Order: sequence, then structure tokens, then C-alpha cells
Amino acid sequence: MNPLMMNARQPEDPAVPRPTEPYGEGVPLAHAVGERPVVMTIRNLRAGYAGGASVLKGVALDVRERAVTAIIGPSGCGKSTLIRCLNRMHEAVPRAWCEGDIHLGGRNVLHLDPVVLRREVGMVFQRPNPFPTMSVFENVAAGLVLNGERDRAKIAETVESSLRRAALWDEVKDKLASPGVGLSGGQQQRLCIARALAVRPRVLLMDEPCSALDPLATARIEELLVQLKEELTVVIVTHNMQQAARVSEYTVFMLMGELVESGPTQRLFTQPKDKRTEDYITGRFG
Amino acid sequence: MATAAAPDRIPSVARGAAAVPGPRERAGDRLFRLGVAAFALLILALTAALAVMLAVESRGTWRSFGFSFLWSTEWDPIGGKFGALPFLYGTLVSSALALLIAVPLGVGSAIFLAELAPRRVSDAVSFAIELLAAVPSVILGLMGIFLLVPWVRAAEPFLTRWLGWLPLFRGAPYGIGLLAAGLILSLMILPYIAAISREVLLTVPRPLKEGLYALGATRWEVVRGVSLPYARSGILGAIFLALGRALGETMAVTMVIGNTPQISASLFSPAYTMSAVIANELAEASSPDHLSALVAIGLTLFGLTVVVNGLARLLIRRLEARG
Ligand SMILES: Nc1ncnc2c1ncn2[C@@H]1O[C@H](COP(=O)(O)OP(=O)(O)OP(=O)(O)O)[C@@H](O)[C@H]1O
Ligand SMILES: [Mg+2]
Repeated sequence: MNPLMMNARQPEDPAVPRPTEPYGEGVPLAHAVGERPVVMTIRNLRAGYAGGASVLKGVALDVRERAVTAIIGPSGCGKSTLIRCLNRMHEAVPRAWCEGDIHLGGRNVLHLDPVVLRREVGMVFQRPNPFPTMSVFENVAAGLVLNGERDRAKIAETVESSLRRAALWDEVKDKLASPGVGLSGGQQQRLCIARALAVRPRVLLMDEPCSALDPLATARIEELLVQLKEELTVVIVTHNMQQAARVSEYTVFMLMGELVESGPTQRLFTQPKDKRTEDYITGRFG
Repeated sequence: MATAAAPDRIPSVARGAAAVPGPRERAGDRLFRLGVAAFALLILALTAALAVMLAVESRGTWRSFGFSFLWSTEWDPIGGKFGALPFLYGTLVSSALALLIAVPLGVGSAIFLAELAPRRVSDAVSFAIELLAAVPSVILGLMGIFLLVPWVRAAEPFLTRWLGWLPLFRGAPYGIGLLAAGLILSLMILPYIAAISREVLLTVPRPLKEGLYALGATRWEVVRGVSLPYARSGILGAIFLALGRALGETMAVTMVIGNTPQISASLFSPAYTMSAVIANELAEASSPDHLSALVAIGLTLFGLTVVVNGLARLLIRRLEARG
């Protein structure tokens, strides 16, 4: 029994409201995305920290498969809190709570064992956090070893393919045994992406993965995202609206713990339906 | 004045120092630096003087016995025979026994306090642990005599029954002896290991632990995979600090170890330590040879602590270099 599970509360009312605005139906999709299947359904999600008021005040959202969903909004609106609820990392904060419904392929995430969930929903953090006592190789292999993989050849194979998928292999193939923290910031972040990819998650959560990186390293990660969404679902929090516009198919705008508007990225940026979205994307506040 | 200060202001900023406000503060800085350096030198000088003093006062012993003093087992002050080995043995075995018991317990409780217990429980227990560290050793010695020794005496026959195939656990159950000394020492050093290891474990950055949690690790896997490796050099430092304490501890040990200079394979048998023999015999040492031999034991103990500390340094640097 994992003690992290204790904080997950059941909503009192099992009746789940549908989201009011599911991705702007009827609006022609600007990116050629088609209508992709939903991989994660979030309904009536409330969350907060010890003793405080709700930080998320009933969020509803559908995350679509093999696409990038960007979450934008001013600082403190709850973007990190939302994304951290999706893999239950939120509960690692002492006395933090969350309630509502998050479904991943028909299972309620809040009732899953977080250990199982996190192998399906990976995460990349704001600051690159390679494990300092591990080499490049060991960093990528860490998740496999946790999963009980003992076959060395298989581990080596997965490490290589993960590093290739993270567009890092060519840069590190000669220093796999050197410490992961010896890489540049951008390389470290791609190492963390490789580390997350190695356990083959269905969904990859990224919380401002480029905010500690220079423009060149940022561009590399954005290119990488374009490739990654061929095979998995990405939810990315970003402060940078250009980044959201460049990399995402869907965009979610949040304000003060509420999901104001969500929809295909191009539609949201060109024809926002909510006045507050328009104000934000035109830079009139925030 | 200002022009004179200008040239060396530039390099100090370039070196990454904080902005240099003015010549006055810099004079203060220099004074501070010199003062600190002087104190550091003073400590070095004191240590060197200590070693020299011990060497000079024990020169008689070294002259007559040479290095065989270290491995001779005879200690007969009246007959003028002096050998340090039984004391070296007593000190090393009682300290090793203490580490054997206190390291798993101390590191284990530090893991519990830092990683598993709620913060308030952790703080309360840590306070109790720090109190334990502050108990004077003579009090622990009393506890040893009245509580621990009877328990050990009662337990020894059982140890013999189950583990008697090892020579370590054979012999008459006196209660007083190496086992009791090791136990009391482990109780003394446990707070150091637990308290320092807990502090070190609390410094493990959250994002690192979350990084492993995000890969689907359990708490225990995070402790083993991230926290302990990150904290290992600090924990090792705590262990060596505790070892230093155990090697030098006098009062509590002499009260329960039996003060008999002998080397026996059994942990049940009475023994003697270096610090205990110095404390017990110094006042009655009438002959200069006896006095000199006691100081020679002091020098041996000093050398042992220097070696242990050196090894600790080496090991910790190794670990840190590995990242
Ligand atoms: N550990 C915490 N304890 C208490 N309150 C917190 C904690 N973390 C965040 N909060 C509060 O929750 C609210 C939302 O925080 P969150 O980190 O989700 O915002 P964000 O949208 O990610 O902001 P940013 O863009 O600055 O990262 C903020 O008001 C913040 O003060
Ligand atoms: Mg954030």
C-alpha cells in the first residue's frame, strides 16, 4: 500500500458534469488533426494545498491522443497543480489534496496505484533533474531497473533507443558512463526526456520544460516534441504563447484555478471565444 | 584613496565576488580573513604541540620497547613489562561492535525520520535523540551497571545456546565485558549517527526525489535510489564522527568492560581500552616507566584517531568525486 494514495479523495457526488465546451465543436480544425480519440478525461477536478482554499476550482478537460496539449495562463493560476494531479505527483506535497475524476483509458486515476500510474504517465520537470550519482546511461536505465528489468542487452537497447528518441544519442554516445549532471542544461533536459521515454509512457507531462534553457536548446526540444507526438500524448505547460502556438494542436487557457477556454490551438489564438482569453493572448493582462 | 582602490576592485568583481561597497568594508574583510586564518593556524599548532608533547613524554617507553610496545600483550607495571596490544584490541573491538549495532539502527531511524514520519513526529523524536546525545557518559555508565549488565548477563547463556558455534559467543556469562561495552557505546553514538544522517537526508532536493517518483518508484525505491546515494558522504561523515567518539570514550566503557588487560576470542570476557587504562592508572603511576607507558598508549590512541580521520577523508573524497 503506497502511503501517497491516502490523499486521493472521492468526490461526494458521483454524477460527473460534462465539460461545457468540448474543444469548440463545429469549428474547423486549423491543424490537420482530425478528431483524435480522448486518452485522458478530467472532470470536476478540485485540488489544493495544506489549509488553503482550492487552487483548482472544478477543471474539466479532454486530453486527446497523439497530440500536444498546451496549458497556458498567468503565473499562479494552477497550471503546475493541474499537470501534477494527472500523475498524482501533487500528492507528494505534504497534506496536498485533490478530488474529482481523472480517467485514463477507462480507469480512475485517483484510485490507481500511483506507482502503476506513473509508468504510464511520465513527467519532465521545469529544471532538468538528472540523478547526480548516476551516469548518463544509468539515468536513462533508472526506470527500467525499477520495473525489474535485469536483461543487460535489453536495457542497453532501450537506453539507446530512448536517447535517440530524445535526440541526444549522437551527443552522448561516447560518454554514456560519465555523470549525467556533466551535460549542458539543454542536454540534461533531453536526458530527462529520454529517462521518461524509457519506460514507454502513454502520456508525457512537461511542466515548463524549456524555461531554464536558452533559445537554441528550446528549439531542439520543440523539434523533438513534433516527433514525439507521433507516438505518444504530450501535455505541456508553458509560459510562452509562441511556444504553445508552435508545438501544440490543442491549447488550454487557465485563469485563477479555472479552465477558461480550451480548443484547437489555431482557433483559440485566432478566434478566442472568451473575452479573458482574448485579453490574455493579446497581452492586455497577465 | 578612491583611485588607489580602483585597480583591485575590478578583479575582485571579475572573480565573482559580491559588489565591493568601499575601502572601509574591505579593510574589515581583510581583518576578518586574517583573524580566521590565525585561529585555523592556532588549531593546527595546538594539534602539532599535542603530538609532540605525547611523543616527548613517552620517549622512555619507545626507547626501551620500540614498536614491539604495540604488539606486546603483557602489561605488568610492577614487573616493568608494558605492551599496548590488549588495550588496542579492547578499544578496536568495542568500537567495532558499537558501529555494528549503531550504524544500521541510526541510519534506519534517520531514514524513518526524514522520509517516512510526519514532520512533527520527526521533529519531536529528533529532539529526544539530541537529548540522548547530551546525557553525560558517566550517567550512561551507571545505567550500564544497573540495567545493561544484568540484561547482558541474562542474555549470554541464550547467545551461547544459539550462536555458541562461534567462539565469540562462548564463555562464562559475567555480564561485564566487551559485549556490554559495545552496547553502551552503541547507545552513545547512535544519536550522532541518527541526528546527522537525518539532517543530511533532509537536504536531498525535492526535485530529485520527484524525478524518481515520476518513473514509478515506491518510497523505499526513492530512498535507495536517490536519497541514500545523495546523502552517502554526509552519512559516512556522521559514522566516522561517531567512531571517533567511540574510540575515545572513557567513562561509560570503563564502568562496564571489566578493566582486565587480556585478549580473548569471546565477547563475554572482560577487557580493557586505551582511554580507560590511562584514566584508571595515571593517578597511581608511581614509576616513571609506568607513566611513560601510559603516555605511549595515549600517543597510540591519538595516532589511531588520526588514521581513522584520514581514512574518513579519503573515503568521503572518493565518494564525492564519483558524484
Ligand atoms: N507547495 C505549495 N504549497 C502551498 N501553496 C502552493 C504550493 N504550490 C503552489 N501553491 C499555490 O497554488 C497556486 C497555483 O500554483 P501553481 O504552481 O499551480 O501555479 P502555476 O500556474 O504553475 O504558476 P507558474 O506559472 O508560476 O508556475 C498558487 O497560488 C500557489 O501559491
Ligand atoms: Mg508552474
